[in-house]
Formats: sequence, structure tokens, C-alpha cells
Amino acid sequence: MMNRWRVLKRLLPLMAGMALLLSACGREDLSTLSPKGPVAQKQFDLMTLSISIMALVVVVVFAICIYVLIRFRRRKGDNTVPKQVEGNHTLEIIWTVVPIILLLILGVPTINTVFGLSKDYSKDPEAVQVTVTSHQYWWEFEYPEYGIKTAQELIVPTGRKIQFKLASGDVTHAFWIPSIGGKIDTNAGLGTTNKLYLEFPNEGVFRGKCAELCGPSHALMDFKAKAVNQASFDRWVAAMKEPVSMPADENVKAAFESKCLTCHAIGETNAGSAAPNLTGVGSRLTVGGILYNDEKSAEENLKDWIAHAQTIKPGNQMPDVSTNVKYGPGKGTTATGLTEEELDGIAKYLAGQKLEY
Amino acid sequence: MAAHAHTVKRYRGLMDWLTTVDHKKIGILYLIAGGLFFLVGGLEAVLIRIQLIKPMNDFVGADTFNQLITMHGTTMIFLAAMPMLFALMNAVIPLQIGARDVAFPFLNSLGFWTFFAGGVLLNISWFAGDIPDAGWTSYVPLAGPTYAGGHGVDYYLMGLQIAGIGTLLGGINFMATIINMRAPGMSFMRMPMFTWTIFITSALIVFAFPVLTVGLVALTFDRLFQANFFETGNGGNAVLWEHIFWVFGHPEVYILILPAFGVISEVVSTFSRKRLFGYSSMVFATVLIAFLGFMVWAHHMFTTGLGPVANGLFSIATMLIAVPTGVKIFNWLFTLWGGSISFTSASLFAIGFIPTFVMGGVTGVMLAVAPADFQYHDTYFVVAHFHYVIVGGLIFGIFSGLHYWWPKMFGRVLNEKLGKATFWTFFIGFHLTFFIQHFLGLIGMPRRVWTYLPGQGFDTMNAVSTVGAFLMGIGTIIFVVNVIVSSANKKPVADDPWEDGRSLEWSIPSPPPEYNFKQLPLVRSYDAWWNEKQKGNTEMPPAEPVGPIHMPSPSILPLIMSIGLFAAALGFMYDHLIVAIAGLVVTFGSMFCRSVFDDHGFHIEPEEQEKGVHA
Repeated sequence: MMNRWRVLKRLLPLMAGMALLLSACGREDLSTLSPKGPVAQKQFDLMTLSISIMALVVVVVFAICIYVLIRFRRRKGDNTVPKQVEGNHTLEIIWTVVPIILLLILGVPTINTVFGLSKDYSKDPEAVQVTVTSHQYWWEFEYPEYGIKTAQELIVPTGRKIQFKLASGDVTHAFWIPSIGGKIDTNAGLGTTNKLYLEFPNEGVFRGKCAELCGPSHALMDFKAKAVNQASFDRWVAAMKEPVSMPADENVKAAFESKCLTCHAIGETNAGSAAPNLTGVGSRLTVGGILYNDEKSAEENLKDWIAHAQTIKPGNQMPDVSTNVKYGPGKGTTATGLTEEELDGIAKYLAGQKLEY
Repeated sequence: MAAHAHTVKRYRGLMDWLTTVDHKKIGILYLIAGGLFFLVGGLEAVLIRIQLIKPMNDFVGADTFNQLITMHGTTMIFLAAMPMLFALMNAVIPLQIGARDVAFPFLNSLGFWTFFAGGVLLNISWFAGDIPDAGWTSYVPLAGPTYAGGHGVDYYLMGLQIAGIGTLLGGINFMATIINMRAPGMSFMRMPMFTWTIFITSALIVFAFPVLTVGLVALTFDRLFQANFFETGNGGNAVLWEHIFWVFGHPEVYILILPAFGVISEVVSTFSRKRLFGYSSMVFATVLIAFLGFMVWAHHMFTTGLGPVANGLFSIATMLIAVPTGVKIFNWLFTLWGGSISFTSASLFAIGFIPTFVMGGVTGVMLAVAPADFQYHDTYFVVAHFHYVIVGGLIFGIFSGLHYWWPKMFGRVLNEKLGKATFWTFFIGFHLTFFIQHFLGLIGMPRRVWTYLPGQGFDTMNAVSTVGAFLMGIGTIIFVVNVIVSSANKKPVADDPWEDGRSLEWSIPSPPPEYNFKQLPLVRSYDAWWNEKQKGNTEMPPAEPVGPIHMPSPSILPLIMSIGLFAAALGFMYDHLIVAIAGLVVTFGSMFCRSVFDDHGFHIEPEEQEKGVHA
């Protein structure tokens, strides 16, 4: 009993360190260590397998290293010359063959999973098709089967395969929802479109990120993936297709149409994709992917965003209200020049754009 | 005297350093320049870590942060790590193989000055206000003309092309030197391990650097002349750049780490008083690593979308590298086994290297598992991995080598107390900074982010990491203090100051005379000097009688040629074609002069050798 306590005491700093690490083990909706879908689970299994094998290697090397350093340290005044050993065939064969066996154990499931996760469901009628286009610094999600487009918030039904087709509208980005599955780059240009499938078995909101340096606001290019049940997804699709009314106030409507809809789209108006589609923007969880609507109201966040888009996401294509902030070479933006009333009106109008699903 | 009637050319003071073709002095120049760039890159690293100390920090801002990470990576790889390796190569290789200089002393000097011109060019971007900001990998389209206006990326392209000339010349030179200039009796399988690794590294440089040059030239053409190699909007291909960059980039990793393997082999063997365990398997492992190093580049591109066949193949190829690397680790451990290990600063760094590099190596195998890499790729897990390999491997190796060969290079021994303080602060700081970053990546923090939102679980670990970075900074400062303090110590140093030296460099004075060996030594075995000492000999058996020694003349031309290239690059970037042409005229004019006017060098006569001409 005494002995065990002594060991425990010695291990205490280590355990405290581990506890610290585990307490900071990341968010459930963000960490690769808490997989929430079969793709992330398969990847997590491989991570576990490789880390176990590697931990074994590390332990063996550390043990030999520590033993050698203690056992064979030079004592004071020791001037003996140790035996000069050229090598040892048996040992050398052991530490060549054992790693090869370990790599075989790791290599076989690796190849298996490489091919397993590269399955293509684009012809599968059961799967939901989503076309992802990345932009500096936002995400566009198009559902070609339903003819709808949204931005920043990916809505998917649970229990079905989601087949993505990914490309970029400008520079290379990478599409990553850590707790659902690993990332893939979105390349620009012909012939480099990528495919990826993911599955969302449970309802919930999962955080997505851009994982390839894409400019000043790379760090802020977050998005959300929201998995809902099939019925709710169908309602969302229907709501996305419903006609959208313009702002009631004539001034606000004029400003919105002339200053916002030149790039953005809402409902059936302006099908372009120069800027995020605003249909149902009021019911999204965030504004711009990073201003959380549960911390401040959607209206306040929208107002902040429209007024200071360049401060919030440096270098994005959306101009500030008044100042002509220039971020990044060749990225000069002109002021939108909205008045205070127009700004308030537009923020209020957009915050009211809620979808029931 | 009459037989060798060429005047002896020597300069003094600054002019001596600007014109020298002596490998020992060029080594010191590489060390000073590489050391300065190391401090600049380190400062950039500390600024990066201060920015990330807390969420939504506004210490430097998005643009500056991207410039800092780009310049930190580029500086550390091309302008700090490689030159410091070249410093050790220059200082040690000719001595280890029993040669009087490298094969092409003039090229050696040219290599240094082009590297330096390229490095200065890259860094004056800070003063020009147009700083590269597309990452050290400079991925297009972000680095292309459409998305990176201004001249930032031009500085990167021009700077690296000029510095790359220097590296390529160095690679060719050392390959030629090691093949042709080994002392009588030194067969390939009697070469010290450090010489072997430099030989292989030189081969890697010769095969890998031209690939980088092709990429840089193509991107330069895109940016300056609308060539559309990589412009996706005009039919160019961005994935092509990734391939070109990594076909160079992965062998580059081994260009960096193999010399460190060499240093560790020498230091471990010397300070445990034992012959390197499994020498021939070490040689074979080195060659195998270099060979496989060219077959694995696409593991940097698992998420690019190459498809399952490529990803599977490159996964397995990458894993294979673990086998020869493991052979090396165990060989070092069994060199120590049964030895008599003394803990000097040099051996501490070498011993610290072994577990640290193993940790970097195992995360490398983890990254080789392509499906799992989909999660690791471009996160802090990767940042942690490559810093374990490059800092924990290469920089530990360089520190070890510097403490070990410092007496031979400068005729001064570095202070042991300060050396150990450097080791412990740097070692602890290193693990504090980077170990925790593995977990940051796993819980979802992408790399190259200038800030992060609060509430994602990243805050504490980032703060810890920053503290570690400061500790590494302190370690580096202690080393600089050590250099200054030790240079004040005028006590002469023995030829073999560690007393257990095994290779030829320890058989001659510290620092060696400018001709290194009065008589070329006769090498009778591996660990030649150690074995002579064991037989009771106090010097190497000579392979030639005493006679006049032929020396190359110093020359200012390499410096002028590099200045010409430097000016030409600025001229091309800023569209001043007159400057560009003038620069090229200076460079090619110097080449013409060098080719047309013969310089036969001079001889040092035996009488003068008796006086002991020191470098």
C-alpha cells in the first residue's frame, strides 16, 4: 500500500499535466478527438492505431536512452577506453524487421481506409449532392437537385450520405469540419474539382473551418454545418424556395437594392454568387461565420458587420459603410455610403429574414 | 622559389574577408550570416507567438502576421538553417577528408556571396514595405499576380533564385570535393559519418534545387511577364505549383536533416569514446533515406485531391522512410551503450536530439497515414511535427556541431557552463512551445491563423506555447553571450581539445594553418586519428614529403558578381530595365574576366610553413 502511494506521488505532476490537457480537450463540435460521424470515426480509429504503435516505439527508445545515459555515464577520473564494437548483425536485423512488421500493421488499414473514404456517391439517388465553392472568405453551398444556394451555413439531413463537389472561386482554400471528417482542398481552375462524402448521423451544429492559407482573413473563414432530420431538411428546402419580400420602407428598399443586391442575392432576386446569398440570413447562427447570434442579437451583429466589415474580416470583398479601408494588395474597396437610417433598416430587415424549418 | 614564380597574394582586414577563397574563412562567413538571419527569423517567431498569446489579439494584425509567418519560414529554412549547415560543411569537410581546400575554392566564395545577396534582397522587403505574405510554400493563386499585387512575392522569388544559385554551387562543390580530394587511403567506407551525410546531402541539393529554380522562374514569369503557368483564370494549373514545390520541398527536408544526423554520429561517438555502432548500416540507411526522400513528395498534398491510388502509394512510401531512420536511432543508442559518456554541451545537444527527433519521426509516420492526415493536414499538429524535426533535429544538431567544432573553427573553446545553460533553456523551451501544439491541432486549430475566436479551447495551450518560445529566445541569447565571452578568452587551444577526437580534423592545430595539412595524411583505417592515437602515434603518418604547397588566389569577383545579380533582380522587379541590364553586364562581365584572365594561384614554400601561417 505504501509503495503504491509513493508511485502515485511521483506520478502526480504527470497526472496533473494530463488532467490539464484533457480538461482542454477541445469542443465536442470542433475537435477531431470527438468524432461525430463515421468518416471522422474511421480517421480517429487510424489515429488511435498509429499513436498506439508510435507510443510503443517512443517508450522503447526512451527506456533504452535513459538506461544507457545512467548506466554508461563517465565516472570522474575514468580514463578507460571502452571496447570498440563494430556492430551486431542480430540486433541490426531485429531493428530493421520489427519496424517493417509494425508498418505492415499500420499500412494495411491505411490503404483500406484510403479507398473506403474516397467512395463517390454523386450518382447515388439516396445521397444529397452539395456543390461547395469557396471564396475569400466565405463558403457557398449549392444544392443542384433542389436549385437552391446558401452561404456560411451548411444544412444537411441526418442519416444520408452527403456528397460534396468542391472548387474555389478564387484562391485555394480547404473545407474542414473536424468532428465530422477530414478536410479537402478547394482548388481553382479547370480539372481540379474535388469530391468528398461525409455523414452526419446525429442532429447538431458542427464547426467548420478553412484550413489553407488564403489571405489576411484565413483565420476567420469559419462556417457551420447544421444537421437536421429529414422532415426539417425538407421544410428548409421549401422555405428557401419561397418568394422573399423586399424591405417595406422605400428608402431602405432602394438602398438595399442599389447597394447590397449588386453583389448579394436574396430569394429569387439576383442569382449571382459574387457575395453570400442572404436568403434566411436572420435564422443563421452567425453573421459572417464568426459573429455569434447567441452572444448578440442577429440585428446588432448584422449592423456591426455592415458598418465594419473590413475591421471584422480584413481584406474581404465587402466595403465598410463609410471609410475606404484598403486591405491586401489590389483589394481597394469603396465605401457603401449607407446612411444611419438605411443601415438600421437593412439590418432590421435582414435579421427578420427567418426560415421556419 | 624560382620554380614557382607566382607572387603571393594576400589581403588584410576587411578586404581579406571580402576576397577570401579559404574554406575555413568562408565557413565563418556562412556562420555569421546564417547566425544573423537565425536571429531575425527567431525574432519573427517571437512576434508570431506574442500575437497568438490570447484570442483575438491585435498585436500585429492580419497582414503583418501573414508576412511574419512567410518570412519566418523562408528565412529559417533558406537563410539560417542551410547556411549554418554550410558553415559546418566548409569548416569541417576538407579537414575530415584530409584535403587542403574544397575542389573549387572560387565557386565556394561565389556560393557564399550569392546566398548572402539573395538573403539580403529577401529581407530588404521589410524596408521596401512590400513583404511576401503567401506563406513559405508560396502557393498559387494566392502568390500569383491576381491575388498578390505589389512586389512582396517578387522579393521571395528573386531572393530565393539568387540564394539558390549559392546553394547549388555548394552542392556541386562538395560532391566534387568528397569524390576527388580524399587523402590517400581514405576509401569511401573509411569516410567519417559527417562526410558521408554531407556527400549525400550534396547529391540531394544537386537533384532537388534545380526543381525549385524551375518553379521560381515559372512563377516569376507569371508575375512579371503574364506567362500563365499557374494562373487558373487563364488555363494555368495551381496544383502543378504544389507538385513542383514539393518535389523540391521534400528532399529539402533531408538536405536539412542528414547533415544533422552526421553531426550527431560524430559527437555521440566522440563523447562516448566508442566507434560508431553499425557504420556500414548507417551509410546504407543514409543513402536509402535520400533515395526514398525523392519518392514521397505528395504526402504534403494528400488533401489536394490526387485520388486514392496516389494517396495510398505515397502513404506507404513515406512509412518506409521510418525503417532506415529507425536504424540510425538504434545505432546511436548502441554507440552509447557500453561507452563512457561525458556530458559536455555538445554531447548534451546530441543526446537531447535523439528522443526529440524520435518524437518528430513518429508523428511523421502518423502523418503518413493519408486518411488520418485529412485531419492533421494544415493544423498545428503539422506545425508541431515539422518543428520537432527541424528545430529538435536540425537546430539541436547545429548547436551540437557548433559547440563541438568551435575550437577547431576559432581556436577558442566555448564556455561549458554557458553552453549547458543554453542547452537546458533551449531544450525545455522547445518542448514547452511545440509539444502542446500537437494537441492544438488535434482539437481543431488550423495553422497560419493570425488569431482565433475565444471559447474554442485554444487559449491556455497557446499561452503556454508562447512562454516556451520566450525560453527558446533566452537560450539563443545565452549562446550569443557565450560566443562573445569565449572570444575574449585568449587561451590557446590544443589540437585535440576533447582528447577523444577520432577523425582527421583533430590531428592538426586549432585553428588550422591556411593550407590545413603540411603533409597530406595517410589514412590507414576508419576513425583514422583515433586508431593512430591508440597505436601511440602523436601525428598522422604523412603520405607525401614536405614541399611547396599550391594555394588559390583570393578574388573580389564573387562579391561583384553577386552585387550584379542583386541589382539586376531589383531592376527586373521595379521595371527599370536599365538597372537590370547593367546588373547582368556586371555579373557576366566578371565571369568573362574570370574565364579570360588566368590566375594560377601561388605557392607556400617549406620555409614559410615553418613559421606557421595561420588562417
